[in-house]
Formats: sequence, structure tokens, C-alpha cells
Amino acid sequence: MPDQLIFGMEVFLNGLMAGVLYALVALGFVLIYKASGIFNYAQGVMALFAAMTLVGVMEGQVPFSHLINAVLGTDVHHFGWHLPALIGILTTMAVMVGLAWLVQKIIFKHLVGQEPIILFMATIGLAYFMEGLGDMMWGADIKKLDVGLPQGINIWIDETTYGIFGYGFFIDNLDIVATIIAAILVAILVAFSQYTKQGRAMRAVADDHQAALSVGVSLNFIWVMVWSVAGFVALVAGIMWGTKSGVQFSLSLIALKALPVLMLGGFTSIPGAIVGGLIIGVGEKLFEFAVGPLIGGATENWFAYVLALIFLVFRPQGLFGDKIIERV
Amino acid sequence: MKRTLITAAVAGIMAAAPAMAELTFTALSYRTGPYAANGIPFADGYQDYFTLLNERDGGIGGEMVNLLECETGYNTEKGVECYESTKGEGALVYQPLSTGITYQLIPKATADGIPVHSMGYGRTSAKNGEVFRNIFNYPANYWDGASVGIKHLLDINGGDLSGKKVALVYHNSAYGKEPIRTLEEAAKKHGFELSLLPVDHPGQEQKSQWLQIRRDRPDYVLMWGWGVMNQVAIQEAVNIRFPMENFIGVWWSGSENDVLPAGEKAHGYKALTFHNVGDDFPVFDDIQKYVVDGGKAAGAGDQIGTALYNRGLYAAMLAAEAAKTAQGIHGVSDITPAQMRDGMENLVITEEKMASLGLPGFGPSFNVSCQNHGGDGMVAVSQWDANAGKWSLITDFVQSDQDILNPLIDEDSASFAAENNITPGCN
Amino acid sequence: MFYREAGDFKTSYQDDNQTFPIKFDRYRYYAVLFAAFAVIPFLVNDYWVNAIFLPFLIYSIAAIGLNILVGYCGQVSLGTGGFMAVGAYAVYKLMTAFPDVSFAIHVVLAGGVTAIVGVMFGLPSLRIKGFYLAVATLAAQFFLVWLFNRVPWFYNYSASGQINAPVRTVFGVEVTGPTAEPWAVYLFCLVFLTLCAIIARNLTRGSVGRKWMAIRDMDIAAEIIGVNPLTAKLSAFAVSSFFVGISGALFFGVYLGAVEVGEAFGINKSFLVLFMIIIGGLGSIFGSFAGAAFLVLLPVLLKNVLVSGLGWPTDLAAHLEFMIVGGLIVTFLILEPHGLAQLWRVAKEKLRLWPFPH
Repeated sequence: MPDQLIFGMEVFLNGLMAGVLYALVALGFVLIYKASGIFNYAQGVMALFAAMTLVGVMEGQVPFSHLINAVLGTDVHHFGWHLPALIGILTTMAVMVGLAWLVQKIIFKHLVGQEPIILFMATIGLAYFMEGLGDMMWGADIKKLDVGLPQGINIWIDETTYGIFGYGFFIDNLDIVATIIAAILVAILVAFSQYTKQGRAMRAVADDHQAALSVGVSLNFIWVMVWSVAGFVALVAGIMWGTKSGVQFSLSLIALKALPVLMLGGFTSIPGAIVGGLIIGVGEKLFEFAVGPLIGGATENWFAYVLALIFLVFRPQGLFGDKIIERV
Repeated sequence: MKRTLITAAVAGIMAAAPAMAELTFTALSYRTGPYAANGIPFADGYQDYFTLLNERDGGIGGEMVNLLECETGYNTEKGVECYESTKGEGALVYQPLSTGITYQLIPKATADGIPVHSMGYGRTSAKNGEVFRNIFNYPANYWDGASVGIKHLLDINGGDLSGKKVALVYHNSAYGKEPIRTLEEAAKKHGFELSLLPVDHPGQEQKSQWLQIRRDRPDYVLMWGWGVMNQVAIQEAVNIRFPMENFIGVWWSGSENDVLPAGEKAHGYKALTFHNVGDDFPVFDDIQKYVVDGGKAAGAGDQIGTALYNRGLYAAMLAAEAAKTAQGIHGVSDITPAQMRDGMENLVITEEKMASLGLPGFGPSFNVSCQNHGGDGMVAVSQWDANAGKWSLITDFVQSDQDILNPLIDEDSASFAAENNITPGCN
Repeated sequence: MFYREAGDFKTSYQDDNQTFPIKFDRYRYYAVLFAAFAVIPFLVNDYWVNAIFLPFLIYSIAAIGLNILVGYCGQVSLGTGGFMAVGAYAVYKLMTAFPDVSFAIHVVLAGGVTAIVGVMFGLPSLRIKGFYLAVATLAAQFFLVWLFNRVPWFYNYSASGQINAPVRTVFGVEVTGPTAEPWAVYLFCLVFLTLCAIIARNLTRGSVGRKWMAIRDMDIAAEIIGVNPLTAKLSAFAVSSFFVGISGALFFGVYLGAVEVGEAFGINKSFLVLFMIIIGGLGSIFGSFAGAAFLVLLPVLLKNVLVSGLGWPTDLAAHLEFMIVGGLIVTFLILEPHGLAQLWRVAKEKLRLWPFPH
């Protein structure tokens, strides 16, 4: 086989893996949008906040230590414990549920029935607030996140492909783990929404708020639940990206990677987010591989959007979005 | 009119409160925003050194130092606000700490007669002091860095790089593209093959670039990275098992922040630097005694001795020495920004001077002159020891290849002079 | 008490259709214009102009431009940063290519160039709607930034990759470069802002604006009553990009003087201007001003209060600043979901009845 083809295959596989990571971020957007029609700009910041909280809890950091020290003149930094990852994740989850409850209670309860753009704007305010809060709570330094996920080249794939093609493929172990976790996550989400009472209620709310309300579904509860689930997805995304780069401000920018995925897959479809993520991941990696060197490289950012744009011209509602029916 | 206003304001302040005379320095720091992790240690070091001078020596030449800190968040617009709000207070010198803010201040500060010290960043051709009268970028710039990086590679290859492959992974911005011209010239001269791999901002996703490195197997990789790009690049290099000792970053890719997330596997990663690393200098005892123990440490006080803290400290030291020089030249202790500029232009840093400051061997010796605002381009290579968790210098401060750099600097500064109707000269 | 129509008789259609039908409003408007043109220029210094007025004026122009597209025509755009970059680079190329032409002409031409680029990226809007349209404009955002960074022709092959504004004049007065007087740059931007606001105001209440609003409210219905969606949408893109281009040109030429595309015109800028118009109020010229003021002036004010006034550490102050801005956005929304402009309208309604509300 020609070298270029083999390399292309490797790029393709890595694109798929990258796509899974994008899809993980996009999932959080889809969940909230589907259930409440809110385009949650704060999703990226939530991922950052969740990851920061996780590290902070595991390392026993004192929240708001800088503020406390500045106001009280004390010198506290750490509680002096190191917790295992599982406890950290559970605690963080509790924080995210609490956050979801607060968000619902303080903000969105008062904005029921408003136009999408206003709900979007409220999430902007939330994003600003959480950006400041996260930094104030946990500090702005880069934190190493280690929950025991493997990283580095997968030897088995390397050797196997070397045996077949004479060139060992590079697949990151972390990407493999991310793929497995994403698959499990989607399976759980699907099972949850198909087979549990709350899940059905969630779907009912997504279909029609008023109809759901009239058959006795508590909108408040469902929305708190959806925000909690989105918080959980944000935590998972935060762990995956944070393991790679350390937990830092830029983590909130991964939302930008999810936008083309959303546009492509449709705002309302969970499978859309997954398939969209895969298409974007593969598309941008292959384009960078094949065309990038000719036009100077670093094309991935804009190409993802151009790719989504091309798809949208043919299917304006996204790949799996609800069909737009227009009436006067 | 503007200048008269400032002088009037400064004169007003001085006339009103002669007893309060103090030297005003500014720290345009970024303790928040996307690059906060890098901004905090630098700002702490810069602040701590001035606190030390105030506490230990009673300021500079008998004048207390008043350090105005202004938060930019690495945002150019906030930087403008900071500059405008502090310049009226008689700020002696600006350390803008961001490429964007530096470019912004080059014309403005020149018109206002306030010197700017862009140490290891900003516009490289500002080294030509005949064109950039108020801008200083000693002791080294990006082109020096690129050149010394190649020299280091020459050294470990016995002086011959022909046929070798060197890849440059860079932040796809003006900053990241800085070393390209130098490297291209060096490639011609030394016969190595250069490949360029841009990474788009912010750089969280670098699979494509590192897969390509894995395919092409370059012998060495240089990196001009910033922010999250550094951590991801080092992690990806670890992932593809690129030998870390063949991976060299510029000084903005060479802090503890950049290597710690990758853990032990980052062992052996190299970074260029223009100042020494570690906290094994007498001045740190003084900082402990006068600053930390006095409860006056900047920030959380947990950054002392990190690479970027040292850089901040070094910048503050150079500023303080320039102020002393200015006091010596003009025979007054309460200097103005214009006098500060003269002090910077006549700054001499020698081994003895650094030793007397408690910083023996902390940086290269160099002289600033009107023609040369950039020092001698002395850069060293440091290496990360993951087991000990610290950087250490593995070479001396080496001079960059002036044959390559000087024509480039002349060319770029000449074009700036032509664009802005500046007649190069020393008066 | 003074703020009411009573006794303010209109005797012609022209009177009836004027922008400010209430006498008090009209006088207030003249007073603001008078203060802005004749009083402030004598009071300002470097700090007020460079840190407060210039960003406010320039972002107001951008916000008016974007408000035409999003607020009046209903086409969500996240490409503002990219279009501002087009304006900036166009004016740079013009400034350096034709140094003898007045800078004001360069700015207008840069707006024109941006309008053309805007129309090109507006084409997908004929097929894609709502949030999905944002992808087309985001493609513009990322592609344009990449392009300006990649092609050296745009920055005149300079080694630094940055563009620097050389000194240029209008009527013999310097308006760009470091030695420009504060009053000159202030007035220069103010003139552009005033013209843009007047043009925008009159466009939006004329037939063009009504077509835009028809498209916004329901494009299919609008098409049925004879509004051509092609011309309506593309004209909105053109006018909007024209204003945004002007603001980009001023942002680079007058305000910053040196920019690098990725940093100055990144995606953050697009979001910032969008936030301005949403917070200020969609479909309102006043809202564009209010939103720009909110997001430009509030952080400076908070910084001055917290750092200079209360002596907080700068980083804590910056974090708190974020929390306060976020908290205020949410609070305003809960009180009045339609932005600051609506708050203003409600206040005016109340004033008209004051002091006898019943």
C-alpha cells in the first residue's frame, strides 16, 4: 500500500478519536437545548469549573483561599488531604447538582417562556459569573489532573499495525478510554431517557412544555435534572481535556470546538452530536493532512466550520435536527 | 499639548508634595485570563523585588519605590487603559508583558517620552536603538533565541547539522512566526532541513502536528508556544515518545507550568532562557527575610524560585539598576521618565554588579548603548529535571549568530523608520 | 412633568414623522449632541479619550452595525470580529498605498470593502436560519483571521506580522499615530458614530428597515407580501458589515494603532459585540449605545472602584469584576428581559405620566 494511504488511515482513526472528544462537549449543549430550549453558552465554563472543583477537592485546596487570606490576613491554602479520584468525582458531582439547582432557582425560574435569545443571554451572564467564581475559588494556576487515566501510545495497536502495514499507527490510550466512556455515557443516557420515569418525563418536556406540565410533570425538577446531567457531561469532558493539558482557563474554550459539531449534528439530537463530532474530527484532520501543507497549515479551526457550512447548505436543520416546517 | 500636560501634572505632584517624592514603577500584570498561570509568577517576582528594595535598602538611591500594579488580563484594550491611567502618575518604565500591548505602546510611549522594556518579547528590531529610541529589549530577543537554539544543536552534533531535520512547532500568530526568518537563514548556512508546523490558537488540539512529526521523524523539534499550547505539545511529544532532550522550547514555553502536567515523562525537556533558574542565590535569602517573613510577599507567595518568578525578578532588577544608573548620570535621586531612558541606555550589567546584588551569574553581562538596545543576545539552555522538579542550566550564556541577525534587524527597523518618518540617529 | 406630548402640536407630516416626536426628547437629544461636540472635546485628556471614549464610540458603531443584522433583520451573526478585521486591514492597505488621501475617505472605503465581504458570507443566510446561521458567520470569523495571518501581502510583508497605523490626517489634523491630539481623535470617531447612528435610524424606519423587520418577524410571510428575501437579507448584511468595517478601521487606525489579527479580532470580539446588543436591546439604536457603554465602561468603573478606591489586590478585583458583570446581566434580565433599551422605554413611559400616574 502506498505510504500516503497508510498515513491517511492513521489520520482518519485519530480524527475519529478527536471527534469523540468534540462530541462529548457537544452532548452537554444538546441535553440542555433539547429539554429547555436554552443554548447554554456557559457549557465550556462549566467544564472548566467542574474540572477545577475536582482537582481542588482531590488536592484538598481551601476554596476562596486567596480571598480569605486577603480579607482576614490568614495564610490558609490546603486542608492537607489527598482524596482518591472516585470521592473527588462524587463530591464534584454533588457540587454540580447544587449548581444546577441554584441556576434553576435563581435564574431560569424567572425566565420561563422567554425567547431563546434571552435565555441565551442569561447563560452569558452565568458564564461571566462562573468564570470569575471559578478563578476566585480555586486560583488561576494550571492544575495537574490525574484521575488514573492511561495516556500515551497504545503499544498493541502500534505493533499490530506495524505487522500488517510496516508502519505502526499511533493511537492515544486516553482517546481510546474517552471513546469507551463516551459510548457508555451515551448508552446510559439513551437507556435513562427511554426506560426510566424521569427520562420519559424529560422527553415529554422536550417535546412540549405545556403538554408535559398538564400531565403532571414538574418542569422545575426536570430542568434541575437536565442541568445536573449536563454538569456531569461537562465534568467528563473536563476530565478528558484536563488530563491532556492540565486544568486551566483554556478549558472553557473547548466549547468552540463543539459549535461546528452542534451545527452539523443538529441542536436537538444526541446521535447527531456523536455523528457530527466524528465527521468534524475526521474532516478537519484529513483536510489538514492532505491540503494543509499546501496552504500553510493550521487550517483545522476554520475548516471545521466550513465543513459544517457545506453540510448545512444541503440540510439546513443539521444532520439529525428536527425538520423545519414553515407555515405562515 | 499632551506632553506639557504630563509635565505639568508631574511637576504639580512634585511641587505639591516634595517630601513624598518616590519612584513610580508600573507592573502591567495579568493575574487573570487565559494566561494567568504564567502571569502570576512573573508579577510576583517583579513586585517582590521592589518590595525587597523598599524593605531592605529603603528604595533606590534613597527614594522609595511605588509600584502600581494594573491588571491587563493579557488583553490589549485593558493594557491601553492601564497605560493611560498610570502614565500620569509619573511611571518611569513600562514592562507591557504582552506582544499586543508592546506594539501598541511602541509609538505611544515614544511620543510620551516614557521608556518601554520588552524583555524577551515584543518587537525584535527594537534592538536598533537608533530607530526605537524609547524601546529596549535587552538582554535577548526571539531571534537570539532561535539562533542559540540552533547553536546548541550544533554543539551536541559536533558542529555539523547538515542533513538533519529540524521542525518548528509554533503558535500561529505574529509571535510564533518570529523565529522563522532566523531559522531559515540558519538552515541555509548550516544545511539542515527545516519544516514548519503551525498550531492554531489556542492549541488544545495538536494531533495533526504531532502525527506529522511522528511520520517525518525530525531529529529536533523547536517550539514557540504559549498558554495551553505548551502543555498539550509536551504531552503529545511524550505520547509519541519523542525523545525529550531533542525538544527545545523558547523561554515562554519553559516554565514549571508547561512541564508539570505531563509529569515524569517530561524529564529532559529543554528550554531557552536568558536568566538563571532556581532559588540558589543569596538574594532569595533576603527575600525570605524581608519580604516573605514580613508578610509582604506578592500573590500567594508560593511562586518563589520558579522560572517565571525569576524572570519577573530579573526584570525588576534590571529596571532598578537602570534607575540607579540614571540617578548617577543626572545626579538627582528623583528621576523622570526621560532620565530613566538615559539610565537604561547606559545600563551596564557586569558579573560583579550581579554578585553584589546577591544574584551571581543570574544573567549574562551586557552593555546597552544607543545603537544597541538589545544587549548581546546571550542565551542559555535549561533542562527540566522531573525527578527533582526543577530546571537547571546546562550551557553557559552563548551569544547568538550576529552575522545572521544583524541584517534582519537592520532591514526590519529600516522599514519601520521609513513607515513612520523616523530619521535614525542618536540625538 | 415636562416630558409629555400635551401641548406639542404637530402641523405637518414631517413633524409627525420625526425621530423624536416629543419636544423634551428632542431638546435632550440636541443637548446631548451639543455636549458631545462642543463641551467634551475641551475637557478630555488622554486617559478619558483612550481608555473610555474611544472604545465606547467605536464599539457603539460596531454594535449599531450588528444590531441592524441581528436586531432588525433577525440574522444571527458571530462574524463581527472577522469583519472588523477586514475593515482594519482594508484601511491599512489603503493608508499605506495612498498616503496623501484623507483618512476619512480611507475609513469609508474600508467600510465598503467590508460590505462586499459581508455580502459574500451572507449568501448562506438564504438557506440557513437561526442559530445554524451562526456557523456561516463563524466560518467567516475563523477563515478571515487565518487568512490575514497567513498571507503576508495583507501586512505588507513586515517581519513582525503586525500592522501599524502611520500618521494620517483629516483636514490637516492628525487623527492617527501617537501624536494625535485627544480632542481630534475623539471628534473624528464621534462624527462617524453620529453619522452611522443617523443613517441607521433612518434606514430602519424607512422601507428598507421595514423589509428587514418583516424578514425578522417571519420570513415566509414577508416573502408572500412581496419582500424579496435575497435583497433584504443581503442588504442587511451589506449595511451591517459596512458599519462593522468602519468600526474595525477606527479600532485599528485611531484607537489601538497597532494590531495583530488573532488577538484583536478573535472570536471573543464577535461574542463581545453580540453581548452588547443583546444586553442593550435588540432592534434599538439606543440599545447599541447602552450595551456598548455597559460592557466598556462598567469594567473600567469597577476596576477603578475596587483597585484604586478600595485597594483590593488586582486579581481579586478582576475576578470580582467578572462576577459583578455576570450578576448584573442576569439581574437585568430577570427584571427586564428585553435589554437596557426596554428599561429606558419603560422609564420614559413612567416619566410621561409623572407626577400623576393615574
